[in-house]
Amino acid sequence: MGLDIRVPLGAMFTLLGLLLAGFGLFGTKAIYSQTLGINVNLDWGLVLLAFGVMMLYLGLRGLSRGEHLSEGGTEDQPNIPH
Amino acid sequence: MRLSWIDWTIMLLYFGFVLGIGAALKRFMKTSTDYFLAGRSIPAWICGLAFLSANLGAQEVIGMGASGAKYGIETSHFYWIGAIPAMVFVGIFMIPFYYGSRARSVPEYLRMRFDEKTRGLNAISFAVMTVFSSGISMYAMAKLIQTLHFLDVPFQKMHLPPSAIFHASILISAVIVLGYILFGGLTSAIYNEVLQFFLIVAGFFPLVYLGLKNVGGWEGLKAKLPPIYTHSWQGMASPRTNLLGVEWFGLVMGLGFVLSFGYWCTDFLVIQRAMAANSMNAARRTPLIAAFPKMIFPFLVILPGIIAIGLPTQRSASVMETGGVAVHAEPAGQGLIPVKVDELTGKPMYNQQGQPVLDYDLAIPEMLAHYFPAGLLGLGLTALLASFMSGMAGNVTAFNTVWTYDIYHAYINRGASDDHLLWMGRFATVFGIAISVAAAYAAAQFNNIMDFLQLVFAFVNAPLFATFLLGMFWKRTTGHGAFTGLLLGTGAAALHHGLTLPLGDAPGIKGGWIAVLHQYPSDMAQNFWTAIFAWSACFVITIVISLFTAPRQESDLKGLVYSLTERIRERGAWYERPAFLGVIVIALLIALNLLFK
Repeated sequence: MGLDIRVPLGAMFTLLGLLLAGFGLFGTKAIYSQTLGINVNLDWGLVLLAFGVMMLYLGLRGLSRGEHLSEGGTEDQPNIPH
Repeated sequence: MRLSWIDWTIMLLYFGFVLGIGAALKRFMKTSTDYFLAGRSIPAWICGLAFLSANLGAQEVIGMGASGAKYGIETSHFYWIGAIPAMVFVGIFMIPFYYGSRARSVPEYLRMRFDEKTRGLNAISFAVMTVFSSGISMYAMAKLIQTLHFLDVPFQKMHLPPSAIFHASILISAVIVLGYILFGGLTSAIYNEVLQFFLIVAGFFPLVYLGLKNVGGWEGLKAKLPPIYTHSWQGMASPRTNLLGVEWFGLVMGLGFVLSFGYWCTDFLVIQRAMAANSMNAARRTPLIAAFPKMIFPFLVILPGIIAIGLPTQRSASVMETGGVAVHAEPAGQGLIPVKVDELTGKPMYNQQGQPVLDYDLAIPEMLAHYFPAGLLGLGLTALLASFMSGMAGNVTAFNTVWTYDIYHAYINRGASDDHLLWMGRFATVFGIAISVAAAYAAAQFNNIMDFLQLVFAFVNAPLFATFLLGMFWKRTTGHGAFTGLLLGTGAAALHHGLTLPLGDAPGIKGGWIAVLHQYPSDMAQNFWTAIFAWSACFVITIVISLFTAPRQESDLKGLVYSLTERIRERGAWYERPAFLGVIVIALLIALNLLFK
């Protein structure tokens, strides 16, 4: 369908990861008393960032190979009668 | 609940991507097939995640967390017994007929297999159900936003009254869902469902991690709760010895067979995601791919509820003296779950035994507030809102397709061109959402009307699987048989409900409105047995009427009935073979049930 979902998915999680990890790194640390002392924003932000970058890489690689253009029209593409 | 700038930024970022995907897809919507069936061009893994997410609405996330707190791990039966076997069955045995018949919707399959009247009955009841379900989802979201109070401060700053929060929530959710479906159709809904799936995992995984770490892991949680909360099959021999109030036979037959197969195998809302796949093999693998994450979702949405009830009680009861007698002005609740407050009087609610009623629906929101600091709180809330919107969007895309193909094109404008159908699909999206908004306000005004409608929907859905099972696997089934079976099956559901009542309830919306011939130990047992009666009535009546009416020519039924359709030979790697995937799913299902028995 022209748009590879991995690209927006990867972009969104990359931005989310950067936001959370940045907030965890530079923001106040007092808020982590409710998370058993774990800086969850930093830790989880890095996980989301890694996931986002991986998806973005796969999506952009797919776009450069033209994978999104070959998705449709397979062997049993039905014609649609009324 | 107060949000900081980072929480708002995360929310806005998500909504920006949601609308951006809709706008980016607009230029690819050239035909009605592009709009309603995503051009049948979506890869299996995307369809699989959308198949799962379309069902991840309000009820799933908030409701399953609430049930986790109320019933414990027994709630997982709604996934493990109440979804997985049906998902395997539809993928291996039924999708070949839906996809291979070239039908554009489930009602259209019914026209091809049976006749016009059976299609009409299914299309009209389905269209009505989807717009009202979307409205109920919208109402639930607005209520949740009001309850969480995170919009209170911004509204105060804008000098808006608190009552405006409800209207703004309805309006904003309607505009966002409209925005991305109007332009991008089913593709946009599917892509956003994939986004939502990953967002829910991202938002809930840290919640479970922190909660479990806090209580000492699964073993620590088991030590804090009675055994029945952490064993899914304990006490299932009798309805009186388990928290669900239903015995194993009613559970397996009512939930595991009739209701589960009725939903996952016949509901166009989920089947539409498989129909959008780019090949027959991808369509068959769609529900099987969805089954893997579906099996582990209880750990994401049910477990937080169990942790919430297992934690030490957070609030202390406030005691007030009235005339020298100490009364609990505000009971303590249990764990993180507060006591339910009457909306009209603002006072705590008590049951007939004088015990405080817990507000289980707040299990997940209370967990978010308890464990998540600024940042992660925004992510968790966004995941919740995404699930609500996805539930709405799933209903809207199913509605616009059934309205356009099965009602408008079939009965109102038979000669419509494809361009006109595409226009009608967009128009149906607008008026479908407008009706949903009206339904949300109706729910706010007359709560009983929505309970009544949901009851009627349950009656209509209960017999459906018998019609499809016979239609696909018994070539002798006739259109007259199917139509009569559906009508009388719905009637049997209503009759059973009218003659039975759960213990402790008064005759009325809960049942017994004709006479009380039997009392069930719980409303869940009554629901399951209503479904069993409806299915059985539809099954028997369809067979009897079919035997007395003329069958269709076998040549007309090729590709629509199992015995007249060429078997599909599965090729490729193991992960490309639906039957092999089905075996793995069932093996994992058995292992999970043994592990948590």
